[in-house]
Amino acid sequence: MNWRNITTVYLKELKDSLRDRRTLISVIVVPTVVMPLMFLIFGKVTASSVAKAREDVPTVALIGGGDSPEVLRRFREAKGMRVVEAKSDWRDAIAAKTLRVAVDIPDRFAARLEAGEVPAVRIYHYQGELKSENGVRVVERFLAELREDTVARRLAAAGLPKVAARPFEFRRENVAPPEKVGGNLFGGLVPYLIILLCFTGAMYPAMDLTAGEKERGTMETLLCSPVPRVDLVLGKFLMVLTGSVSAMVFMLISTAASILIGGAALLGGGAGTRSAIVASGAIRPPELPAGPLPIIDPLGIVGVMAMVVPVAVLFAALAFTVSLFAKSQKEAQSYLGPMIVLVILPTSLGVLPGMELTAGTALVPLLNLSLVCKEMLSGVWNWSYIGMIFGSSCVYAGFALWLAVRMFGREEVMFRT
Amino acid sequence: MIEARQLTKTFRDKKRGEIHGALDVSFRVEPGTIYGLLGANGAGKTTTLRMLATLLRPTRGTAVVAGHDVAAEPDRVRARVGFLAASTALYARLTAREMIGYFGRLNGMTDAAIRARTGELAERLGMGEFLDRRCDQLSTGMKQKTSIARTIVHDPPVMIFDEPTLGLDVMTARTVVGFVRECRAAGKTVIYSTHVMSEVEKLCDVIGVIHGGRLLAEGSLSELRARHGLTDLEDIFVRLVEGAGGAAK
Repeated sequence: MNWRNITTVYLKELKDSLRDRRTLISVIVVPTVVMPLMFLIFGKVTASSVAKAREDVPTVALIGGGDSPEVLRRFREAKGMRVVEAKSDWRDAIAAKTLRVAVDIPDRFAARLEAGEVPAVRIYHYQGELKSENGVRVVERFLAELREDTVARRLAAAGLPKVAARPFEFRRENVAPPEKVGGNLFGGLVPYLIILLCFTGAMYPAMDLTAGEKERGTMETLLCSPVPRVDLVLGKFLMVLTGSVSAMVFMLISTAASILIGGAALLGGGAGTRSAIVASGAIRPPELPAGPLPIIDPLGIVGVMAMVVPVAVLFAALAFTVSLFAKSQKEAQSYLGPMIVLVILPTSLGVLPGMELTAGTALVPLLNLSLVCKEMLSGVWNWSYIGMIFGSSCVYAGFALWLAVRMFGREEVMFRT
Repeated sequence: MIEARQLTKTFRDKKRGEIHGALDVSFRVEPGTIYGLLGANGAGKTTTLRMLATLLRPTRGTAVVAGHDVAAEPDRVRARVGFLAASTALYARLTAREMIGYFGRLNGMTDAAIRARTGELAERLGMGEFLDRRCDQLSTGMKQKTSIARTIVHDPPVMIFDEPTLGLDVMTARTVVGFVRECRAAGKTVIYSTHVMSEVEKLCDVIGVIHGGRLLAEGSLSELRARHGLTDLEDIFVRLVEGAGGAAK
């Protein structure tokens, strides 16, 4: 192994790649512009949908209640909803989104209430439909008020004060600093994106430097040089790794810059983000800290980048080896394309709520990385798992690199016809 | 000097079984001479030359190139060989100067030596006007000159040409042929493979006819004519190939 040779090959490949539009797009443009833009658009659309749903005055159909005119009157006078008579096809109307909610008031509701019974009001809605969910929220708030009034009336009749039914108060107070909350909220997403970009960043340079060179006839030219094969592989491999790591770094810098410059606008604006998070059901309003929005611990980001390096080596070596086998870039693309699914699948499992780092999940490649990064971004540093996952990633990476060197020395691969 | 000793290369094909790309090929090329390897497409020329350039490992036999064994010292052999083939292309996104410089560095030359050598080659090959132009913007002739410069940047004592005029126009082909002659005049050991009879007649001091991976005959043009009682090289070639049980393509 001769570092002069490796550096010569690497610098040539770097210069060559910087002049290649397709490599620049996959390594710089997509991570820098497209990813943050995607989030911006996604965030804006989500925030706008949530805002629209909030502004929507839900149409509420009442089923029954004819024998409880006072309840009906209060429903009709309630603000924030439009009450209509229920037609026979109210279920279809909810499904067709012409009706948000239907409320079934049981027979003799008022009379049974007076008699001390506990009648149940049913609220029919369309689960997952944002405006219908908003209608439920409005109706539930109204019914809660109606129930409180009933309780207050009963307490007054018994000569008891209002506080008799509410002897004490309680409220939540968040003690987690914003970066911990940020880690919990976005901790799954950041490693997922980093891992995905590491792979896609390695893909194009790997194809160009191997199958592309074979296809263009420059591989044979290069093989005529007296440089040992291992030096050629390492020089080229370092370029693929540069592509992989660059994609990750550009994405992080661009995302951080977007947040710093545009503030929370990246994810749809401050209030929008908050409402989007609340509406997504990921977190209830009291859990969101007052004041500044949740942030991600910078130390966690550094930790994630360090953990991702051996995986970037693994991806670079794998993409290099697989592409090397192909005769053309098109063929290499058909091999590497499906590999994205193999990368996404275990990584995306880490984003799922409730998925924790355990002795079992720590053994699953990529999922373990996704989970340990999620923890690091939340400020949890489980050193035994970190060491184990980093070590195993290094072993996989070393094996993949060894395989790449072996493949480069095989005539049937290099001169495959 | 090149000395091939029973060079054999066997490929394994799932459908066709074992195929001999070259079988017991032996010949010797002295410095200052051009050895022409004449054969039809698929005769075994490229396989033989790739073994000499250490791109392929011989299955059996060996060759000594400029004093180094192709199997035992492939890196040393490559450092002493200039290999130019129709299939050895240029990096499209590099300039001609960068291309020459890259191969100079790969051959262990210093930056100062590369600068001096590039200037010398540019003048000799008339590359001055396009030296700093990207290879994908060069004409075929310019590309071929750049390839030649890339091949000889380290001034190797052995030159291997594998159908270097394939697909070239007359003027560009003449440039290549002229360069091959210059190599001989400079005392280099030259091996030149082609299926173009006229090139062999014009260039080669010794001709080896190869077919089906085997070297069928060897000698100077006059020796081959005398041996077969024919004057036309094409007729001699066809007789040899038909005698070996195959039709020339």
